[in-house]
Amino acid sequence: MDFFSFNEILSIFSATIRISTPLIFAAMAGIFSERSGVVDIGLEGKLLAGAFASASVAAVTHSAWLGLGAAIVIGLILSLIHGFASITHKGDQVVSGVAINIIVSGLTVVLGMAWFHRSGQTPTLPNDARFMPINLYGVDTISNIPIIGDIYSKLLSGYNLLVYVSFAAVALTYWTLFKTRFGLRLRAVGENPKAVDTAGISVNLLRYKAVLIGGILTGIGGTYISIAQNASFIKDMSAGQGYIALAAMIFGKWKPIPAMFSCFLFGFLEALSMRLQGVSLPLIGEVPVQLIQASPYILTVILLAGFVGRAIAPKADGIPYIKER
Amino acid sequence: MTDSPVAIELKDISKSFGSVQANKNVNLKIYKGTIHGIVGENGAGKSTLMSILYGFYEADHGKIYVNSKETTIKNSTDAINAGIGMVHQHFMLVENFTVLENIILGAESGMMLSHSIANAKNEIRKLEESYGLYVDLNALVQNIPVGQQQRVETIKALYRGAKILILDEPTGVLTPQEADQLFDILRALKEQGTTIVIITHKLREIMRLTDYVSVMRGGEIVTSLKTSQTSKEELAELMVGRKIHLEIDKTPVKPGETLIDVRNLGLTDAQGVKRLDNINFQVKAGEIVGVAGVSGNGQSELLEILSGLSPCSEGKVQISDITITPKRQTDPRAVRNASIAHVPEDRIKRGLIPQFVASETAILGYHNSSAYNGIILTKTEEIRNHCVYLMKNFDVRPNNPDIKSANFSGGNQQKLILAREMEKIPKVLLVGQPTRGVDIGAIEFIHKQIVDIRDKGSAVLLVSGELDELLSLSDRIIVMFDGKIVGQVDASKADERMLGLLMTNSYENKEESQNESSI
Amino acid sequence: MNQASKPLPVWIDIVVIPLINLMLALSVSIVIIYLIGANPFEAIKLMIQGAFGSSEGVGYTLYYATNFIFTGLAVAIAFHSMLFNIGGEGQAYIGGLGVAVVLLAFDHYLPAWMLVPMALMASMVFGAAWAAIPAYLQAYRGSHIVITTIMFNFIAANLMVYLLVNIFIEPGSMTPQSRPFLDNAWLPSMQAIFADIGIKISESPLNLSFIFALIASFFVWIYVWHTRWGYEMRSVGFSEQAASYAGIKTKRVVMITMLISGGLAGLVGINEIMGVQHKLMLDFVAGYGFTGIAVALMGRNHPVGIIMASILFGALFQGGAELAFDMPIISKEMVFVIQGLIILFSGALTYMSRPWIEKLFCVFYQTRNLREI
Repeated sequence: MDFFSFNEILSIFSATIRISTPLIFAAMAGIFSERSGVVDIGLEGKLLAGAFASASVAAVTHSAWLGLGAAIVIGLILSLIHGFASITHKGDQVVSGVAINIIVSGLTVVLGMAWFHRSGQTPTLPNDARFMPINLYGVDTISNIPIIGDIYSKLLSGYNLLVYVSFAAVALTYWTLFKTRFGLRLRAVGENPKAVDTAGISVNLLRYKAVLIGGILTGIGGTYISIAQNASFIKDMSAGQGYIALAAMIFGKWKPIPAMFSCFLFGFLEALSMRLQGVSLPLIGEVPVQLIQASPYILTVILLAGFVGRAIAPKADGIPYIKER
Repeated sequence: MTDSPVAIELKDISKSFGSVQANKNVNLKIYKGTIHGIVGENGAGKSTLMSILYGFYEADHGKIYVNSKETTIKNSTDAINAGIGMVHQHFMLVENFTVLENIILGAESGMMLSHSIANAKNEIRKLEESYGLYVDLNALVQNIPVGQQQRVETIKALYRGAKILILDEPTGVLTPQEADQLFDILRALKEQGTTIVIITHKLREIMRLTDYVSVMRGGEIVTSLKTSQTSKEELAELMVGRKIHLEIDKTPVKPGETLIDVRNLGLTDAQGVKRLDNINFQVKAGEIVGVAGVSGNGQSELLEILSGLSPCSEGKVQISDITITPKRQTDPRAVRNASIAHVPEDRIKRGLIPQFVASETAILGYHNSSAYNGIILTKTEEIRNHCVYLMKNFDVRPNNPDIKSANFSGGNQQKLILAREMEKIPKVLLVGQPTRGVDIGAIEFIHKQIVDIRDKGSAVLLVSGELDELLSLSDRIIVMFDGKIVGQVDASKADERMLGLLMTNSYENKEESQNESSI
Repeated sequence: MNQASKPLPVWIDIVVIPLINLMLALSVSIVIIYLIGANPFEAIKLMIQGAFGSSEGVGYTLYYATNFIFTGLAVAIAFHSMLFNIGGEGQAYIGGLGVAVVLLAFDHYLPAWMLVPMALMASMVFGAAWAAIPAYLQAYRGSHIVITTIMFNFIAANLMVYLLVNIFIEPGSMTPQSRPFLDNAWLPSMQAIFADIGIKISESPLNLSFIFALIASFFVWIYVWHTRWGYEMRSVGFSEQAASYAGIKTKRVVMITMLISGGLAGLVGINEIMGVQHKLMLDFVAGYGFTGIAVALMGRNHPVGIIMASILFGALFQGGAELAFDMPIISKEMVFVIQGLIILFSGALTYMSRPWIEKLFCVFYQTRNLREI
């Protein structure tokens, strides 16, 4: 196999983008939540719940769009639960997130069993009930042009709609955070909620809004996993992507665009390692497939250890706002 | 005092936090277009009163009238709508935001920031020109000096249309020059009709700046006066009150060997601010040296360095057998082993662990001692007995080692800590705020114990915000201001007025204090 | 003001509120069972029968409880110094690896009485080692222990697949598992122990490890409340500022606590590998590490509470398995849902019911006082 051919590189890059998409949605969700001061370990559970909801609804209605809608609703509900525990009742945000993850991991299997009678799976979806790759305008004509054509058809075109939505989500996150009144207040409440309170703005309401936006984004991310990237729901299919997204967010210093690039970094590593499967590398020999599969998690640990520069979290991140004497 | 209409009137305002009454039936009138000072010692209830006015706390009862209209102020929005603005002691600023972003936060003029920013710039320029409030709008708040940050707070309030401006200890963090600039701004504001309330305990500022002054003590307003008809001396007396001196039988001081020797000690914090500057003093065995000063002038930092909790950045300390220099740091354990005991200023955060039962708190810091440990197990009975013994010696009530530390009253918590630290008769005793939040009965007892241990030969360094405490306990008193020692006086020759003036850096007779310091 | 600051009798905080939270979690579970079309009361009946209805059922319940005691203690001891160790899953997995390494290496040469302590040591050392890196990163580099321990769960899972597929696999076998240990490397089952003293009980996976779990609980109780190290650990957990005032080296305490925590989780390997499976295999931890979180929160981080909560969860797992068999519409993952709900109610919404109880208590107290007058 010609490992470093142009086509090979293009296909690794396009795989990178496909793998990064759910990470990006979850990372943007994390940014909204943590910028407002609420730690969201529950991203993992929300992705998984979204994946299950969209696959189930799409299986019953044969509509990918209704599936997406269901996933968003579930994302919102889980966000409300997290908000209720950690904003209204000032509970431990990490514990609340972990609880959500465990509940979802069990409930998706229980419901899948009850509704579809397969353990932890939903029926395989026909293509018309999924988000399928779409060709960008004029891809047939342009693809004949050497290099540019390849880039256009293989790297820019041919993803499903949600991939493009994820890019839009990054832009929208950036715009919301840094160009709107809401974003200004959101960033302020994660840094110094007392300043926001004394400026006459409700801290809790702002935090709820942020967490709910996160619910919508993780719903879309979950939908991508089950009915765009795959054709059905499989037990625990989020496989830690919510946590990896958190790490990408931290590595991206809680900023949308750097966070997107760190998602790409994770995606690239995974795409590359998938390519490396069975390949014998010079000096090293064949890399064990398990090492390849563990690489995103190992990378996460390394990045979090601060070997690549220290990250500064929003100051009030994870601290419930309690007016105190 | 009815020369102008009333901007704010408070009637019978009371507020308690748990069992602590912070404000008691406060009545206060503030006239429109005047600068009104509120003075009082730490904990006199000034900040609570102003927080009620700004809607951060709700009063338990009482009424607020703004421009003679009864106004309910439940939160900051109500206050802002009533035209009240506040410059908080700890600025309510988002540090990594720009100045401009901080100003418009919560008062944006539309959905889009660009729109709000364009609008705000014009208005802020007007404010700048009218009052001389110049700031760099695009700088990050964390990168500008505190004086500038305070301007941002002021502009924030004015930008929201404040006609009544409350400033809580505005000069506590300012250099004298910055303070002068602030006063110019405040006078300009007053000229143009803004009513200003300023909380401070620096009497010189009151005299220079205000039209009226109210004195608070123990949560109550003692009196309100026209500034032109009073004096610093009178205010100092009113502030402190004519407390009955707890006379303590004290034998004349018999100083022994030097046990604390501080030379050229300095500390620069992470922001580059000098918290301690060229500190020099000694404490000998058998004497009590008091440290006076308005809180935040470096006393806490001094205690932390001496007790091994934090490093210093300049100079040298010799304390008992321990040497501390910027290069040679120590730690609390080594300090304790060198027979140095420390009663920390913040007893809830440092001195004890509220969730621990009393017997566990009674060994905090000494928990590794072989008296309380077998090879593996702790000697629970010994620890309990030890606690009972301490409790008996220091009259801690209830005399029960199994009650959670949090459930004792402040005075009894403090007695337990003192008992723990004094039990082994340390060579050096560092004490911070020994009677803060402690009831009268316990105060007397604690004072007696501190004098007692001095007579047994300990060198005692006492940091306190209570002047009468310093005067009745200390043999010598060091006065700190802005990280420096501004005076050393013989306690028997000092009085509250003199200390009050020294610690507000308004003592004019420099000669005298220099003479005293040569003792 | 802190929500938990109003004075109420202690028993309300340590008995009534946890029970209310448990009831809330169970109520939501009942609603879920109802919604998926099963009869919740029938389901509860089947679960209780499955868990306690036979001596075999009780055996299984206690066998599951053994694992939960180990992982629950692991989570609890970390909580005492304010650390949230979600890595019990991976630490238990690697602990099992340690057991297998010792037993596979020595079962031909050494007698049982030597193998047992060696395997115990190995499980704890391996579990502790797996906790060491996240602990170090938390104490000295400030990385979030929750995320790093979760990542180490994933890494452990991949590592174990690699080791089983490439190293431990029995030659000629297709399934990734090691050869079975020789008989002398099997931990005696409770059935065998009871048979020795003349009592007959049904066969179940319950083995000597249950006794080890009780001993571990006792040791944790001693360590946390009756040694100076436990004193330092709790000081750090309650108040880092006061701890450093007391001269306690907080970072070192974080390290030691996490090592103990990992070691306790590693003991799951003794129960599963030495006690039940008798070979190294994939996925023998099966979520027990996560259950430890619920157990610790419910048991309020006290060994006695943890033993009780573990038996409850043991019953849930055993009853749940029976239930899934009798009512196929409810899959065995229902216990994870219940577990998650218990974490939510007793961990994050701990004091939700407190204001109501305070009011109720006041009313009750006043009427009682009136009666006394």
